Amino acid sequence: MKKETKILDNLKRKKSLKKYCALALAVIGTVAAAAGCSGSAAGEDDNTLVIFNYGDYIERETIQMFEEETGIEVKYEEYITPEDMYTKYQSGGINYDLICTSDYMIERMIRDGEAQVIDTSQMEYMDNMDQKYMDFCKAFDPENQYAIPYFFGTVGILYNEKMVDEEVDSWSVLWNEKYKNQIIMENSVRDAFIVPLKWKGHSINTTDRQALLEAQSLLMEQKPLLAAYLVDETKDAMISGDAALSVIYSGDAVVAIEENEDLTYVVPKEGTNIWFDCWMIPKTARHKEAAEKFIDFMNRPDVAMMNFDYIWYGTPNKAVYEELDEESQQDPTVFPDDETMSKCEVYRYLGEEMDSFYSRLWKELKAY
Amino acid sequence: MNRKILASPYIVWALGFIILPLLMIVYYGLTDGSGTFTLENVLAIADSVHYKAFGNSLLLALGSTVICLVIAYPLAYVLSQHEGKISNTIIMLFILPMWINFLLRVLAMQMLLSNTGIVNALLGFFGLPQQHIMYTKGAILIGMVYDYLPFMILPIYNVMSKIDKDVIEAAHDLGATVFVTFKKIIIPLSLPGVISGVTMVFIPSMSEFVVADILGGSKILLLGNVIEQEFNLSNNWNLGSGLSLVLMIFILISMAVMNRSNAEEGDTMLW
Repeated sequence: MKKETKILDNLKRKKSLKKYCALALAVIGTVAAAAGCSGSAAGEDDNTLVIFNYGDYIERETIQMFEEETGIEVKYEEYITPEDMYTKYQSGGINYDLICTSDYMIERMIRDGEAQVIDTSQMEYMDNMDQKYMDFCKAFDPENQYAIPYFFGTVGILYNEKMVDEEVDSWSVLWNEKYKNQIIMENSVRDAFIVPLKWKGHSINTTDRQALLEAQSLLMEQKPLLAAYLVDETKDAMISGDAALSVIYSGDAVVAIEENEDLTYVVPKEGTNIWFDCWMIPKTARHKEAAEKFIDFMNRPDVAMMNFDYIWYGTPNKAVYEELDEESQQDPTVFPDDETMSKCEVYRYLGEEMDSFYSRLWKELKAY
Repeated sequence: MNRKILASPYIVWALGFIILPLLMIVYYGLTDGSGTFTLENVLAIADSVHYKAFGNSLLLALGSTVICLVIAYPLAYVLSQHEGKISNTIIMLFILPMWINFLLRVLAMQMLLSNTGIVNALLGFFGLPQQHIMYTKGAILIGMVYDYLPFMILPIYNVMSKIDKDVIEAAHDLGATVFVTFKKIIIPLSLPGVISGVTMVFIPSMSEFVVADILGGSKILLLGNVIEQEFNLSNNWNLGSGLSLVLMIFILISMAVMNRSNAEEGDTMLW
């Protein structure tokens, strides 16, 4: 694993549930797609489109619709983590035309010169993209040239209404002694540090060592109150009522709330991390126009709605958002309000030196 | 010569998966990022974070070893005295969990010990107070004892059941009480089994990190966790290897000490 992803690769877990559930499917899909592609000599055929996406991350019917409407044959392949994707991409066995992956991986691929500028001039539905989300994407794609957002999500607090009797709207609740042994924190460095950083009004991408040390001492102060540091097990603990409050990814929160109606997800008013999965066209693409057509098709209101219904993560598509009933529009699990959003930030890669500083702080916290 | 060829599959295996990785650990542990020789990674054990983690590991390893021994020794003794269907069944019960993957057993422990888990449900049923066991050092200890107990029972039982009954009868004939027989005959003769059991429990406990993560909620940092973090998260293979070397040296020394006390009794090791 290359160094630049060593901390960020924890982030790949954020949509873990869907990914893990889809593991079997993805493996089968990969084998099938690999077999399919080898037959056609890595897509020499002009009328095909080779797509690489996270497992179980699209409504399959939309692919059929695309094939029927355009006559382009889609070869669809799935992966589990961005690192898996990049390794396979770099091995060069298949020339992918279109990849859907996460913010930090896109930043890395742009830096590595593996991304192509997407021509949006021919796209009919580009206007459906909400500018506020496009602005967020500028964090990793400064000119909005290389990536078109597909879904987004946040990191926030999931709490059990029966166990927490006050309004939860701030990260500060995670320091309330009343909930001793009932709080679960994220067990990954940067996700844990966003809590004190945001609470005290710092950027999650701060390189100010004083601010990070202050954040660390807050986390140390919090440690005796914690039940545990967890990642994937958090939602299980919340569903079974083992804990009252937890820091969790919005994707996991949606699943937990479905299982236990006492649970509520909030993005604290101080803001948080927001992540984006986007479509991007890699350098190896042989069917760039078809890829652009597909992106545009994904942005078409009816198609985007089908995918939203299937995945239920935040959609950057205005047309879809406007179609939703008021309750869904105001569901803070999926769509944080504008004021909160204005305080949300996308993770940036901070460099090797900051990475080791973060690791040091994390180790000291764990040993505390 | 011909017979030596039979060992070649193992030799290839050992070269590839034991000797080579070991040499790599020594190399990484004694160099820095640019490949120059340094003792820094080994001396890093003196860092407060690291020696605290080492202390936690040592404490839990000693704890689980002692608990395993206290449970295993009397049981092995009783079983070796009464051979028959019941003792075979009991031995079977101890071996049975070993057929199940170790990680699954730890995850099952999680179900038992959590706040809303089976243990607390049973306590609640009988009107007893709820226990907060999950994510504490106690939970780690229970998990470790559960996982390693068979490794303590089996060697002790093996040695004890091989003690010649005539030796014990002779002791009785010569007027030794049950207690004296136990002290002068059973304990010394079962010592190789005890040492082998202690080694097989103590060594894996010392480098434990998965149980600490799952049952300890990642709140308690063991040396195994530090090493894991250096390899996976910080990508500092040199420091991870250096600390692994420290752990290996410590284990070697403690084994040497145990071997020595055993050698004085004039017995050979089982493992």
